[in-house]
Amino acid sequence: MLTLDRLGRRFANGTQALQGASLRIGQGDFVALLGPSGCGKSTLLRLIAGLDAPDQGRLVWDGGAAPAPGEIGFVFQDATLLPWADAADNVFLPLRLRGRDRRSAAPEIQAALARVGLERFAQARPRELSGGMRMRVSIARALVTRPRLLLMDEPFAALDEFTRFRLQEDLLTLWRELGCTVVFVTHSTYEACFLARRIVLMTPRPGRIATEIDSSLSHGPETRLAPAYTALVAEVTHAMQAAMSSPPPPGPGDAPR
Amino acid sequence: MIRLAPYLFAAFFLVLWEIAVRVSGVPEYLVPGPVAIVGAFRADPLLFLTSLASTLGVTATAIVVSAVLGVVLALVMQASPLARAAFQPWTVVLQVTPIVAIAPLVIVWVGDPFASVVICATIIAFFPVFSATAAGLAAAPADLLDLFRLNGAGRWATLRLLRLPVALPYFLAGLRISGGLALVGAVSAEIVAGSGGVASGLAYRILEAGYRLQVARMFAALALLSASGVAINAALGALAHALLRRRGEA
Repeated sequence: MLTLDRLGRRFANGTQALQGASLRIGQGDFVALLGPSGCGKSTLLRLIAGLDAPDQGRLVWDGGAAPAPGEIGFVFQDATLLPWADAADNVFLPLRLRGRDRRSAAPEIQAALARVGLERFAQARPRELSGGMRMRVSIARALVTRPRLLLMDEPFAALDEFTRFRLQEDLLTLWRELGCTVVFVTHSTYEACFLARRIVLMTPRPGRIATEIDSSLSHGPETRLAPAYTALVAEVTHAMQAAMSSPPPPGPGDAPR
Repeated sequence: MIRLAPYLFAAFFLVLWEIAVRVSGVPEYLVPGPVAIVGAFRADPLLFLTSLASTLGVTATAIVVSAVLGVVLALVMQASPLARAAFQPWTVVLQVTPIVAIAPLVIVWVGDPFASVVICATIIAFFPVFSATAAGLAAAPADLLDLFRLNGAGRWATLRLLRLPVALPYFLAGLRISGGLALVGAVSAEIVAGSGGVASGLAYRILEAGYRLQVARMFAALALLSASGVAINAALGALAHALLRRRGEA
Protein backbone atom coordinates (compact mmCIF):
# COMPACT_ATOMS: atom_id res chain seq x y z
CA MET A 1 0.00 0.00 0.00
CA LEU A 2 2.71 2.44 1.03
CA THR A 3 6.48 2.62 1.22
CA LEU A 4 8.31 5.10 3.42
CA ASP A 5 11.72 5.69 1.91
CA ARG A 6 14.31 7.20 4.31
CA LEU A 7 11.95 9.85 5.65
CA GLY A 8 13.40 12.73 7.67
CA ARG A 9 11.77 15.71 9.33
CA ARG A 10 13.50 18.62 11.03
CA PHE A 11 11.29 21.25 12.68
CA ALA A 12 11.77 25.00 12.42
CA ASN A 13 13.32 25.08 15.91
CA GLY A 14 16.08 22.74 14.71
CA THR A 15 14.76 19.57 16.32
CA GLN A 16 15.41 16.53 14.16
CA ALA A 17 12.24 14.56 14.90
CA LEU A 18 12.74 11.82 12.36
CA GLN A 19 15.74 10.52 10.48
CA GLY A 20 16.03 7.93 7.72
CA ALA A 21 12.78 6.14 8.54
CA SER A 22 12.05 3.40 6.00
CA LEU A 23 9.06 1.11 6.24
CA ARG A 24 6.77 -0.90 4.01
CA ILE A 25 3.07 -1.00 4.91
CA GLY A 26 1.02 -3.59 3.07
CA GLN A 27 -2.71 -3.61 2.30
CA GLY A 28 -4.60 -4.97 5.33
CA ASP A 29 -1.61 -4.68 7.71
CA PHE A 30 -2.00 -3.80 11.35
CA VAL A 31 1.24 -2.01 12.20
CA ALA A 32 2.06 -0.63 15.63
CA LEU A 33 4.65 2.16 15.86
CA LEU A 34 6.18 1.68 19.29
CA GLY A 35 8.67 3.94 21.01
CA PRO A 36 9.22 6.37 23.87
CA SER A 37 7.58 9.80 23.98
CA GLY A 38 9.17 12.25 21.58
CA CYS A 39 10.65 9.62 19.26
CA GLY A 40 8.78 10.87 16.20
CA LYS A 41 5.91 8.34 16.09
CA SER A 42 3.25 11.03 15.74
CA THR A 43 5.42 12.95 13.27
CA LEU A 44 5.65 9.82 11.14
CA LEU A 45 1.89 9.38 11.33
CA ARG A 46 1.33 13.01 10.25
CA LEU A 47 3.69 12.51 7.30
CA ILE A 48 1.72 9.44 6.21
CA ALA A 49 -1.54 11.39 6.55
CA GLY A 50 -0.17 14.23 4.43
CA LEU A 51 -0.63 16.70 7.28
CA ASP A 52 3.10 17.44 7.19
CA ALA A 53 5.79 17.09 4.56
CA PRO A 54 9.15 15.33 4.95
CA ASP A 55 12.42 17.24 4.57
CA GLN A 56 14.22 14.14 3.36
CA GLY A 57 13.08 10.95 1.69
CA ARG A 58 9.71 10.25 0.14
CA LEU A 59 6.43 8.41 0.55
CA VAL A 60 5.52 6.13 -2.31
CA TRP A 61 1.91 5.01 -2.56
CA ASP A 62 1.13 1.83 -4.49
CA GLY A 63 -0.50 2.94 -7.71
CA GLY A 64 1.33 6.25 -7.59
CA ALA A 65 -1.39 8.58 -6.33
CA ALA A 66 -1.82 9.62 -2.71
CA PRO A 67 -5.22 8.73 -1.20
CA ALA A 68 -8.11 11.10 -1.89
CA PRO A 69 -9.79 12.98 0.99
CA GLY A 70 -11.73 10.51 3.08
CA GLU A 71 -9.56 7.53 2.13
CA ILE A 72 -7.47 8.10 5.24
CA GLY A 73 -9.18 7.97 8.63
CA PHE A 74 -7.42 9.56 11.61
CA VAL A 75 -8.11 8.96 15.28
CA PHE A 76 -6.36 11.36 17.64
CA GLN A 77 -5.24 10.87 21.23
CA ASP A 78 -8.25 12.90 22.38
CA ALA A 79 -11.63 12.24 20.85
CA THR A 80 -11.68 15.84 19.47
CA LEU A 81 -15.42 15.89 18.85
CA LEU A 82 -17.41 19.01 18.06
CA PRO A 83 -18.90 19.78 21.50
CA TRP A 84 -22.00 21.46 20.05
CA ALA A 85 -22.89 18.52 17.79
CA ASP A 86 -24.44 15.21 18.84
CA ALA A 87 -22.76 11.86 18.17
CA ALA A 88 -24.53 11.38 14.83
CA ASP A 89 -23.54 14.85 13.59
CA ASN A 90 -19.95 14.26 14.68
CA VAL A 91 -19.87 11.03 12.71
CA PHE A 92 -21.51 12.83 9.77
CA LEU A 93 -18.75 15.50 9.69
CA PRO A 94 -16.33 13.80 7.20
CA LEU A 95 -19.24 13.05 4.86
CA ARG A 96 -20.52 16.62 5.18
CA LEU A 97 -17.08 17.97 4.29
CA ARG A 98 -17.22 15.86 1.15
CA GLY A 99 -20.54 17.43 0.14
CA ARG A 100 -22.97 14.73 1.28
CA ASP A 101 -26.36 15.73 2.64
CA ARG A 102 -27.52 14.55 6.03
CA ARG A 103 -30.54 12.56 4.85
CA SER A 104 -28.72 10.46 2.27
CA ALA A 105 -25.86 9.83 4.73
CA ALA A 106 -28.16 8.66 7.56
CA PRO A 107 -27.73 4.89 6.88
CA GLU A 108 -23.92 5.21 6.87
CA ILE A 109 -23.96 7.25 10.09
CA GLN A 110 -26.21 4.71 11.76
CA ALA A 111 -24.03 1.82 10.55
CA ALA A 112 -20.83 3.52 11.78
CA LEU A 113 -22.38 4.13 15.21
CA ALA A 114 -23.67 0.54 15.33
CA ARG A 115 -20.19 -0.73 14.48
CA VAL A 116 -18.85 0.86 17.68
CA GLY A 117 -21.93 -0.09 19.73
CA LEU A 118 -23.36 3.40 20.07
CA GLU A 119 -26.49 3.23 17.92
CA ARG A 120 -28.63 4.17 20.93
CA PHE A 121 -26.53 7.28 21.61
CA ALA A 122 -26.85 9.00 18.25
CA GLN A 123 -28.51 12.06 19.77
CA ALA A 124 -26.14 12.36 22.75
CA ARG A 125 -23.76 15.29 22.92
CA PRO A 126 -20.08 14.61 23.75
CA ARG A 127 -20.38 15.92 27.31
CA GLU A 128 -23.14 13.36 27.94
CA LEU A 129 -20.81 10.50 26.99
CA SER A 130 -18.02 8.80 28.93
CA GLY A 131 -14.39 9.05 27.77
CA GLY A 132 -14.59 5.57 26.23
CA MET A 133 -17.84 6.39 24.42
CA ARG A 134 -16.38 9.63 23.07
CA MET A 135 -13.45 7.66 21.68
CA ARG A 136 -15.90 5.21 20.08
CA VAL A 137 -17.62 8.14 18.37
CA SER A 138 -14.20 9.33 17.18
CA ILE A 139 -13.48 5.87 15.74
CA ALA A 140 -16.92 5.78 14.09
CA ARG A 141 -16.19 9.19 12.57
CA ALA A 142 -12.90 7.89 11.18
CA LEU A 143 -14.58 4.78 9.75
CA VAL A 144 -17.69 6.37 8.26
CA THR A 145 -15.93 7.13 4.97
CA ARG A 146 -14.73 3.50 4.80
CA PRO A 147 -11.07 4.56 4.64
CA ARG A 148 -8.41 2.35 3.08
CA LEU A 149 -5.97 3.43 5.77
CA LEU A 150 -6.76 4.09 9.42
CA LEU A 151 -4.16 6.09 11.37
CA MET A 152 -4.46 6.09 15.17
CA ASP A 153 -2.32 8.29 17.38
CA GLU A 154 -2.33 6.81 20.90
CA PRO A 155 -6.14 6.78 20.89
CA PHE A 156 -6.54 4.81 24.12
CA ALA A 157 -3.73 6.39 26.14
CA ALA A 158 -6.04 8.60 28.22
CA LEU A 159 -8.56 5.86 29.04
CA ASP A 160 -8.79 3.63 32.09
CA GLU A 161 -7.52 0.07 31.74
CA PHE A 162 -10.95 -1.62 31.60
CA THR A 163 -12.15 0.70 28.82
CA ARG A 164 -8.82 0.43 27.02
CA PHE A 165 -8.91 -3.38 27.01
CA ARG A 166 -12.47 -3.43 25.67
CA LEU A 167 -11.72 -0.86 22.95
CA GLN A 168 -8.60 -2.78 21.92
CA GLU A 169 -10.68 -5.92 21.44
CA ASP A 170 -13.37 -3.99 19.56
CA LEU A 171 -10.73 -2.41 17.32
CA LEU A 172 -9.39 -5.83 16.37
CA THR A 173 -12.92 -7.00 15.54
CA LEU A 174 -13.46 -3.91 13.36
CA TRP A 175 -10.12 -4.38 11.62
CA ARG A 176 -11.00 -7.99 10.76
CA GLU A 177 -14.48 -6.99 9.56
CA LEU A 178 -13.45 -4.00 7.49
CA GLY A 179 -10.13 -5.25 6.17
CA CYS A 180 -8.57 -1.80 6.19
CA THR A 181 -4.92 -1.07 6.94
CA VAL A 182 -4.20 0.25 10.43
CA VAL A 183 -1.13 2.16 11.63
CA PHE A 184 -1.38 2.48 15.39
CA VAL A 185 0.96 4.69 17.43
CA THR A 186 1.51 3.69 21.04
CA HIS A 187 4.13 3.82 23.77
CA SER A 188 2.72 0.72 25.44
CA THR A 189 4.53 -2.52 24.66
CA TYR A 190 1.54 -4.50 25.94
CA GLU A 191 -0.87 -2.64 23.67
CA ALA A 192 1.38 -2.99 20.62
CA CYS A 193 1.84 -6.72 21.22
CA PHE A 194 -1.87 -7.32 21.75
CA LEU A 195 -3.04 -5.42 18.68
CA ALA A 196 -0.48 -5.49 15.92
CA ARG A 197 0.53 -8.04 13.33
CA ARG A 198 3.79 -6.13 13.01
CA ILE A 199 5.49 -4.07 15.71
CA VAL A 200 7.84 -1.37 14.49
CA LEU A 201 10.25 -0.17 17.19
CA MET A 202 11.54 3.39 17.04
CA THR A 203 14.60 4.85 18.73
CA PRO A 204 14.64 8.00 20.89
CA ARG A 205 15.05 11.30 19.04
CA PRO A 206 16.00 11.58 16.29
CA GLY A 207 13.41 8.89 15.58
CA ARG A 208 14.64 6.00 13.47
CA ILE A 209 13.16 2.61 12.83
CA ALA A 210 15.24 0.24 14.95
CA THR A 211 13.62 -3.06 14.11
CA GLU A 212 10.39 -4.75 13.10
CA ILE A 213 8.90 -7.76 14.88
CA ASP A 214 6.14 -9.83 13.32
CA SER A 215 3.41 -11.27 15.49
CA SER A 216 1.33 -14.35 14.82
CA LEU A 217 -0.62 -14.09 18.05
CA SER A 218 -4.08 -15.60 17.78
CA HIS A 219 -6.72 -13.69 19.70
CA GLY A 220 -9.18 -15.16 22.12
CA PRO A 221 -10.64 -14.42 25.56
CA GLU A 222 -7.43 -15.51 27.31
CA THR A 223 -4.92 -13.87 24.97
CA ARG A 224 -3.58 -11.47 27.59
CA LEU A 225 -2.70 -14.44 29.83
CA ALA A 226 -1.35 -16.68 27.06
CA PRO A 227 2.34 -17.68 27.19
CA ALA A 228 2.73 -16.64 23.52
CA TYR A 229 1.61 -13.11 24.40
CA THR A 230 3.96 -12.93 27.39
CA ALA A 231 6.81 -14.20 25.25
CA LEU A 232 6.09 -11.58 22.57
CA VAL A 233 6.05 -8.82 25.19
CA ALA A 234 9.42 -10.07 26.47
CA GLU A 235 10.88 -10.18 22.96
CA VAL A 236 9.68 -6.66 22.18
CA THR A 237 10.89 -5.37 25.56
CA HIS A 238 14.39 -6.75 24.93
CA ALA A 239 14.42 -5.28 21.42
CA MET A 240 13.27 -1.93 22.78
CA GLN A 241 16.03 -1.94 25.40
CA ALA A 242 18.55 -2.55 22.64
CA ALA A 243 17.02 0.21 20.51
CA MET A 244 17.11 2.69 23.40
CA SER A 245 20.81 2.13 23.93
CA SER A 246 21.84 2.21 20.27
CA PRO A 247 23.75 5.39 19.37
CA PRO A 248 22.21 7.65 16.71
CA PRO A 249 23.83 7.46 13.27
CA PRO A 250 25.96 10.42 12.23
CA GLY A 251 23.83 13.20 10.76
CA PRO A 252 24.64 14.99 7.55
CA GLY A 253 26.26 17.85 9.51
CA ASP A 254 28.40 15.68 11.82
CA ALA A 255 32.16 15.99 11.27
CA PRO A 256 34.16 12.73 11.02
CA ARG A 257 36.36 11.97 14.03
CA MET B 1 -31.44 33.00 49.44
CA ILE B 2 -28.27 33.61 47.39
CA ARG B 3 -30.41 34.83 44.46
CA LEU B 4 -32.13 37.33 46.74
CA ALA B 5 -28.87 38.53 48.31
CA PRO B 6 -28.21 41.50 45.94
CA TYR B 7 -31.79 42.76 46.34
CA LEU B 8 -31.71 42.41 50.10
CA PHE B 9 -28.38 44.21 50.23
CA ALA B 10 -29.76 47.04 48.04
CA ALA B 11 -32.85 47.42 50.24
CA PHE B 12 -30.71 47.43 53.40
CA PHE B 13 -28.33 50.01 51.88
CA LEU B 14 -31.16 52.33 50.75
CA VAL B 15 -32.89 52.22 54.13
CA LEU B 16 -29.58 52.92 55.88
CA TRP B 17 -28.89 55.80 53.44
CA GLU B 18 -32.32 57.38 54.06
CA ILE B 19 -31.95 57.08 57.84
CA ALA B 20 -28.44 58.56 57.75
CA VAL B 21 -29.58 61.54 55.65
CA ARG B 22 -32.57 62.27 57.91
CA VAL B 23 -30.70 61.81 61.18
CA SER B 24 -27.68 63.89 60.13
CA GLY B 25 -29.79 66.70 58.70
CA VAL B 26 -27.43 67.09 55.72
CA PRO B 27 -29.05 69.43 53.14
CA GLU B 28 -30.71 67.85 50.08
CA TYR B 29 -28.55 69.87 47.66
CA LEU B 30 -25.49 68.06 49.07
CA VAL B 31 -26.69 64.49 49.67
CA PRO B 32 -30.33 63.67 48.89
CA GLY B 33 -31.90 60.50 50.31
CA PRO B 34 -33.49 57.80 48.16
CA VAL B 35 -36.98 59.22 48.80
CA ALA B 36 -35.93 62.65 47.47
CA ILE B 37 -34.30 61.00 44.42
CA VAL B 38 -37.50 59.10 43.60
CA GLY B 39 -39.38 62.39 44.10
CA ALA B 40 -37.10 64.15 41.60
CA PHE B 41 -37.79 61.42 39.03
CA ARG B 42 -41.54 61.51 39.63
CA ALA B 43 -41.56 65.28 39.18
CA ASP B 44 -40.62 64.94 35.49
CA PRO B 45 -40.68 61.28 34.44
CA LEU B 46 -41.23 61.97 30.74
CA LEU B 47 -38.08 64.06 30.45
CA PHE B 48 -36.03 61.39 32.23
CA LEU B 49 -37.44 58.56 30.14
CA THR B 50 -36.93 60.49 26.89
CA SER B 51 -33.31 61.10 27.85
CA LEU B 52 -32.96 57.44 28.83
CA ALA B 53 -34.35 56.38 25.44
CA SER B 54 -31.85 58.69 23.71
CA THR B 55 -28.89 57.22 25.61
CA LEU B 56 -30.10 53.66 25.13
CA GLY B 57 -30.60 54.31 21.40
CA VAL B 58 -26.98 55.42 21.12
CA THR B 59 -25.82 52.48 23.24
CA ALA B 60 -27.78 49.87 21.27
CA THR B 61 -26.55 51.28 17.96
CA ALA B 62 -22.97 51.28 19.23
CA ILE B 63 -23.29 47.66 20.42
CA VAL B 64 -24.55 46.52 17.02
CA VAL B 65 -21.95 48.52 15.07
CA SER B 66 -19.07 47.40 17.30
CA ALA B 67 -20.22 43.77 17.08
CA VAL B 68 -20.39 43.89 13.28
CA LEU B 69 -17.09 45.76 12.94
CA GLY B 70 -15.38 43.55 15.56
CA VAL B 71 -16.44 40.32 13.87
CA VAL B 72 -15.59 41.55 10.37
CA LEU B 73 -12.15 42.80 11.39
CA ALA B 74 -11.46 39.60 13.38
CA LEU B 75 -12.40 37.54 10.29
CA VAL B 76 -10.18 39.62 8.03
CA MET B 77 -7.26 39.31 10.45
CA GLN B 78 -7.84 35.57 10.81
CA ALA B 79 -7.83 35.14 7.04
CA SER B 80 -4.82 37.31 6.29
CA PRO B 81 -1.56 37.47 8.27
CA LEU B 82 -0.77 40.68 6.38
CA ALA B 83 -4.00 42.30 7.59
CA ARG B 84 -3.26 41.05 11.10
CA ALA B 85 0.18 42.63 11.06
CA ALA B 86 -1.24 45.87 9.65
CA PHE B 87 -4.28 46.30 11.92
CA GLN B 88 -3.36 44.75 15.27
CA PRO B 89 -1.22 47.62 16.63
CA TRP B 90 -3.86 50.18 15.63
CA THR B 91 -6.65 48.37 17.43
CA VAL B 92 -4.57 48.64 20.60
CA VAL B 93 -3.97 52.34 19.95
CA LEU B 94 -7.73 52.77 19.65
CA GLN B 95 -8.24 50.91 22.91
CA VAL B 96 -5.78 52.93 25.00
CA THR B 97 -6.68 56.40 23.69
CA PRO B 98 -9.08 58.13 26.14
CA ILE B 99 -12.44 58.79 24.48
CA VAL B 100 -12.67 62.29 26.00
CA ALA B 101 -9.53 63.14 24.00
CA ILE B 102 -11.04 61.93 20.71
CA ALA B 103 -14.67 62.97 21.21
CA PRO B 104 -14.23 66.71 20.44
CA LEU B 105 -12.52 65.85 17.15
CA VAL B 106 -15.20 63.34 16.20
CA ILE B 107 -17.95 65.86 16.99
CA VAL B 108 -16.25 68.56 14.91
CA TRP B 109 -15.57 66.26 11.98
CA VAL B 110 -18.87 64.35 11.88
CA GLY B 111 -21.23 67.19 12.77
CA ASP B 112 -24.37 65.13 13.34
CA PRO B 113 -24.75 64.76 17.15
CA PHE B 114 -26.27 61.26 17.08
CA ALA B 115 -23.66 59.88 14.68
CA SER B 116 -20.84 61.56 16.65
CA VAL B 117 -21.94 60.02 19.94
CA VAL B 118 -22.46 56.60 18.32
CA ILE B 119 -18.94 56.73 16.85
CA CYS B 120 -17.43 57.58 20.24
CA ALA B 121 -19.37 54.82 21.97
CA THR B 122 -18.37 52.37 19.24
CA ILE B 123 -14.68 53.24 19.66
CA ILE B 124 -14.97 52.30 23.34
CA ALA B 125 -17.12 49.20 22.78
CA PHE B 126 -15.28 47.81 19.78
CA PHE B 127 -12.12 46.36 21.34
CA PRO B 128 -13.52 43.66 23.69
CA VAL B 129 -15.80 42.12 21.08
CA PHE B 130 -13.08 42.30 18.44
CA SER B 131 -10.30 40.81 20.58
CA ALA B 132 -12.57 38.10 22.00
CA THR B 133 -13.78 37.09 18.53
CA ALA B 134 -10.23 37.08 17.18
CA ALA B 135 -9.16 34.84 20.07
CA GLY B 136 -12.14 32.55 19.42
CA LEU B 137 -11.38 32.22 15.72
CA ALA B 138 -7.82 31.23 16.60
CA ALA B 139 -8.95 28.76 19.27
CA ALA B 140 -10.07 25.93 16.98
CA PRO B 141 -8.32 22.77 18.23
CA ALA B 142 -5.34 21.78 16.07
CA ASP B 143 -6.55 18.16 15.82
CA LEU B 144 -9.91 19.27 14.46
CA LEU B 145 -8.21 21.56 11.95
CA ASP B 146 -6.15 18.53 10.87
CA LEU B 147 -9.32 16.46 10.57
CA PHE B 148 -10.88 19.12 8.34
CA ARG B 149 -7.74 19.17 6.16
CA LEU B 150 -7.71 15.38 5.92
CA ASN B 151 -11.25 15.46 4.61
CA GLY B 152 -10.47 18.08 2.01
CA ALA B 153 -12.27 21.00 3.70
CA GLY B 154 -11.59 24.42 2.21
CA ARG B 155 -11.23 27.68 4.12
CA TRP B 156 -14.93 28.50 3.87
CA ALA B 157 -16.06 25.11 5.18
CA THR B 158 -13.49 25.30 7.99
CA LEU B 159 -14.68 28.78 8.90
CA ARG B 160 -18.38 27.93 8.77
CA LEU B 161 -18.29 24.52 10.43
CA LEU B 162 -15.41 24.92 12.88
CA ARG B 163 -13.92 28.36 13.48
CA LEU B 164 -17.19 30.31 13.79
CA PRO B 165 -18.89 27.79 16.11
CA VAL B 166 -15.75 27.64 18.28
CA ALA B 167 -15.62 31.46 18.36
CA LEU B 168 -19.28 31.91 19.37
CA PRO B 169 -18.80 31.71 23.19
CA TYR B 170 -15.79 34.04 22.92
CA PHE B 171 -17.81 36.52 20.84
CA LEU B 172 -20.68 36.44 23.32
CA ALA B 173 -18.35 37.03 26.28
CA GLY B 174 -16.74 39.96 24.45
CA LEU B 175 -20.15 41.35 23.49
CA ARG B 176 -21.22 41.34 27.14
CA ILE B 177 -18.21 43.46 28.09
CA SER B 178 -18.74 45.70 25.07
CA GLY B 179 -22.37 46.27 26.11
CA GLY B 180 -21.35 47.94 29.36
CA LEU B 181 -18.56 49.87 27.66
CA ALA B 182 -20.95 51.13 24.96
CA LEU B 183 -23.05 52.74 27.70
CA VAL B 184 -19.92 54.29 29.27
CA GLY B 185 -18.83 55.52 25.83
CA ALA B 186 -22.27 56.96 25.08
CA VAL B 187 -22.37 58.88 28.37
CA SER B 188 -18.79 60.14 27.97
CA ALA B 189 -19.49 61.37 24.44
CA GLU B 190 -22.77 62.96 25.49
CA ILE B 191 -20.96 64.88 28.21
CA VAL B 192 -18.36 66.13 25.73
CA ALA B 193 -21.02 66.90 23.11
CA GLY B 194 -23.19 68.62 25.70
CA SER B 195 -26.02 68.80 23.20
CA GLY B 196 -29.28 70.25 24.54
CA GLY B 197 -32.89 69.69 23.64
CA VAL B 198 -35.57 67.23 24.69
CA ALA B 199 -33.95 64.30 22.85
CA SER B 200 -30.57 64.66 24.54
CA GLY B 201 -29.30 61.86 26.73
CA LEU B 202 -29.06 61.21 30.43
CA ALA B 203 -25.53 62.59 30.58
CA TYR B 204 -26.88 65.98 29.63
CA ARG B 205 -29.51 65.69 32.41
CA ILE B 206 -26.66 65.07 34.87
CA LEU B 207 -24.72 68.10 33.61
CA GLU B 208 -27.81 70.29 33.62
CA ALA B 209 -28.81 69.26 37.15
CA GLY B 210 -25.24 69.78 38.34
CA TYR B 211 -25.18 73.36 37.08
CA ARG B 212 -28.44 74.02 38.97
CA LEU B 213 -27.36 72.21 42.15
CA GLN B 214 -30.32 69.83 41.71
CA VAL B 215 -28.41 66.93 43.16
CA ALA B 216 -31.49 64.72 43.55
CA ARG B 217 -32.07 64.97 39.77
CA MET B 218 -28.41 64.08 39.20
CA PHE B 219 -28.84 60.99 41.35
CA ALA B 220 -32.09 60.10 39.57
CA ALA B 221 -30.30 60.20 36.17
CA LEU B 222 -27.39 58.23 37.64
CA ALA B 223 -29.75 55.60 39.01
CA LEU B 224 -31.32 55.21 35.57
CA LEU B 225 -27.86 54.83 34.01
CA SER B 226 -26.88 52.18 36.56
CA ALA B 227 -30.14 50.30 36.00
CA SER B 228 -29.55 50.50 32.24
CA GLY B 229 -26.06 49.05 32.63
CA VAL B 230 -27.40 46.17 34.71
CA ALA B 231 -30.22 45.58 32.20
CA ILE B 232 -27.83 45.57 29.21
CA ASN B 233 -25.52 43.14 30.97
CA ALA B 234 -28.43 40.88 31.92
CA ALA B 235 -29.91 41.01 28.41
CA LEU B 236 -26.62 40.10 26.73
CA GLY B 237 -26.06 37.40 29.36
CA ALA B 238 -29.51 35.97 28.60
CA LEU B 239 -28.77 36.08 24.86
CA ALA B 240 -25.52 34.18 25.43
CA HIS B 241 -27.27 31.66 27.67
CA ALA B 242 -30.04 31.07 25.12
CA LEU B 243 -27.65 30.64 22.19
CA LEU B 244 -25.25 28.37 24.06
CA ARG B 245 -28.05 26.34 25.64
CA ARG B 246 -29.29 25.47 22.16
CA ARG B 247 -25.85 23.98 21.57
CA GLY B 248 -25.93 22.19 24.92
CA GLU B 249 -23.09 24.30 26.31
CA ALA B 250 -24.82 26.69 28.75
